[in-house]
Amino acid sequence: MNIVSSPHAHGARPVGQVMMLVMLALLPATLAGFWRFGWPAVYLWLVTVLACVFAEALCVRLADRPAKPALADGSAVLTGWLLALSLPPWAPWWLGAVGGAFAVVVCKHAFGGMGQNLFNPAMAARVMLLISFPVEMTQWLAPLPLGSAGAPDALGALAITFGAVPDGMTSASLLDHARSAVSRGLPITGEVDPLALGLGDRAGSLGETSALLLAAGGLFLVFMRVIGLRIPAAFLLGVALPAAIAHFLAPERFLPPMAHLLAGGVMLGAFFIATDYVTSPSTPLGQWIFGLGCGLLNWIIRTWGAYPEGVAFAVLLMNAATPLIDHYTRPRIFGRTRSGRSLTPAAPKGN
Amino acid sequence: MGAPDISLLTRLTRLVKRWGAHPDGRKDPAAGTETTAIPLPPLLTLPLTQHIGAPARPLVSAGERVLRGQLIAEAAGPVSAPLHAPTSGTILGIGEVQVPHPSGLTGPAILLESDGLDEAVAFTGANPFTLEPAEIARRVAAAGIVGLGGATFPAAVKLSLGQRTPIPTLILNGGECEPYLSCDDRLMQERAGEVIDGARIILRAIGGSRVLIGVESNKPQAIAALREAAAGFGEVAVVTVPSRYPMGSEKQLIAWLTGREVPSQGRSADIGVVVHNVGTAAAIHRAIRYGEPLTRRIVTVAGGAVRTPRNLEVRLGTPASALVAFCGGLTETPARLVMGGPMMGIAVTTLELPIIKGSGGVLALTAAETGARQAAEGPCIRCASCVGACPIGLLPLEMAARIRAGDLAASVDLGLKDCIGCGTCSFVCPSKIPLVQYFNHAKGELAARDRNKLKQDAIRELVEARNERMEREAREKAEAAARRKAERERAKAEAAAKAAAAAAEQPASEESAA
Repeated sequence: MNIVSSPHAHGARPVGQVMMLVMLALLPATLAGFWRFGWPAVYLWLVTVLACVFAEALCVRLADRPAKPALADGSAVLTGWLLALSLPPWAPWWLGAVGGAFAVVVCKHAFGGMGQNLFNPAMAARVMLLISFPVEMTQWLAPLPLGSAGAPDALGALAITFGAVPDGMTSASLLDHARSAVSRGLPITGEVDPLALGLGDRAGSLGETSALLLAAGGLFLVFMRVIGLRIPAAFLLGVALPAAIAHFLAPERFLPPMAHLLAGGVMLGAFFIATDYVTSPSTPLGQWIFGLGCGLLNWIIRTWGAYPEGVAFAVLLMNAATPLIDHYTRPRIFGRTRSGRSLTPAAPKGN
Repeated sequence: MGAPDISLLTRLTRLVKRWGAHPDGRKDPAAGTETTAIPLPPLLTLPLTQHIGAPARPLVSAGERVLRGQLIAEAAGPVSAPLHAPTSGTILGIGEVQVPHPSGLTGPAILLESDGLDEAVAFTGANPFTLEPAEIARRVAAAGIVGLGGATFPAAVKLSLGQRTPIPTLILNGGECEPYLSCDDRLMQERAGEVIDGARIILRAIGGSRVLIGVESNKPQAIAALREAAAGFGEVAVVTVPSRYPMGSEKQLIAWLTGREVPSQGRSADIGVVVHNVGTAAAIHRAIRYGEPLTRRIVTVAGGAVRTPRNLEVRLGTPASALVAFCGGLTETPARLVMGGPMMGIAVTTLELPIIKGSGGVLALTAAETGARQAAEGPCIRCASCVGACPIGLLPLEMAARIRAGDLAASVDLGLKDCIGCGTCSFVCPSKIPLVQYFNHAKGELAARDRNKLKQDAIRELVEARNERMEREAREKAEAAARRKAERERAKAEAAAKAAAAAAEQPASEESAA
């Protein structure tokens, strides 16, 4: 006899629907990236997503489970999508393919699959690519919008994605510029126009440059209650606060907080990467700590580290700390004190 | 009329901390139609366990004629409750029947064939405000009243509490946060006077000073009716609480109304509060004022597969199928039959089950209503929905992971014993993991272990006692043997001494003679 347990009703959005909403939120920034960097960006995105989907299907089949439900939850597509957004827009196809496969096979299934991984697959893959292929991973491209003079057409772009990036196309990103100036002992020059920066009219990764569109997508997710506000708010605070203090003390050596918030992967990281359910803490206080840690580490790496960009490293470091954070930030249990003792009638309102 | 003395800090935390869930209420159309009594069924099945505690002891035998209100089974223990005939008729016998229990097992029940006359014994009521508190509790116990909210804890036990510890506050639970159910809502609207009078009787029994009636905000008519009925009584306050599951949980309701938390592993009496369901209060009113035992209750019949959902006043022992038939029958084959509410009620496989004291609802749910169309259980994605929803502040995902790994001690460390089993975590889980099932299973496992440990302890004590006895006997035997031996030795020594003395005497005498 089949005994069914209560509750006899369910009110949650299924996992697949959650992933769909996240992709929907990513769409505006992605389309902006496509428009800004042209057909090669579209091809790279496709290759990366497909690599993840194939890798997922392969791993699930190897584990003797049906591939369809695993693919239907959309997590593999999302991993590929997020990775693609963090790659240089004209990167060769194999960069996306290797990164996507690494994300799914090593960073997800080697840990036990869905829900088991310690590190964010997209960010772990990005870091792997950055360390293994530093040249290909730092070829930033000045925006060349679709249809503008010199932009490759759909066919010509194939040569770029599946051939080689033409010389003379690369340009320094803002963070690149700042760090090379500081390392040479020069003051940071030039005005930072927040609006141009926020809209993404600059060199940078495929989908990270449209900071304002990413933030809008993120707020949509908060509004839809897909993600909470704690991690993104803490992340942004963790970047902006030290940046503001440092910039106030020595404006010629430190970028202003606005530039930090709108450049690089901060918005993508705060709303879409750090909020990854699997690799972030599940307790409310833990989420604050995690977000603040991500932001602070990101700012430190950007300012003093060897790399111009720190989101991926910061998130991975905090991912590693997540189990510990969860352990030490358990919520107070109803009817007990913080230390776990039962509330006694003698001390009715103790905390 | 707001709840008094709640600190600003508590009020502020409420704004930030959002426990619980908002299941689709689905209370209409049943909530909008007046309660109707259904005709007497030809056969009543009265399980002897309609309360927590030991089964009641039957006092009747086959062939006996009984009248409505006649005692047919007596309480058999401290948290047991007696049972009365819901109508007049003939006892067919006492048999094993399928009872509304999650196990699907059978239990003993008295079968009563109605004679259709509905003749009653003579009831004698009293003025509760001339009765001693202990006498009120005695009469409530004799009337077989148990918690009608579903917990079925004997009401009288909670009335006697006030004689041991001061209980200044009585809370009446009009939360009714379970979806579909509206039996308490209808009761509060239609019999507000009975509820208020019952509350005042309980207050007298416990020696308390104030009554807080908490009603969810989705029942404005009930709130209005209660306020009107309570108008003359300054000690009674009707308080609107938010519609949020599980607001009707005792601990949550107390915290909301008084700002105080029941200590972990403690009872509400520890903080000077006792909670009764509004239905229980109305039943107590009838038991004291008119001397009427508990033989009927209001039941919500609802769900997408029921033709005309409504609230029915039903004699205990009526088969659930008769209720559904009275509501026009089923429009389709339901995906699930539930007795109680969808969040904490039990799934049953047949409608041929009797209504008992704790049955608040009979639900015939369609597949869409149960969420069965959604994919099957998936892996935990650590979304922490369950953490945010848990009204107790537990980490359901961590606890489930420990239980799955077989580490019960770790799950206890995480607060398993504080879990109230409300099912909110399962309800909000996007992967459809039956979290509350894990916890109930683990609690059962722990209870079994505890029982086993007690048994082992008892056995060990017996063995130890036996060993001790054997040892003592052996020791005593050895001692006796040693004593006998010593005796013999002494005797021998004495004899030898005597002989020696005699021998010595002789030479002495010889000497003296010399």
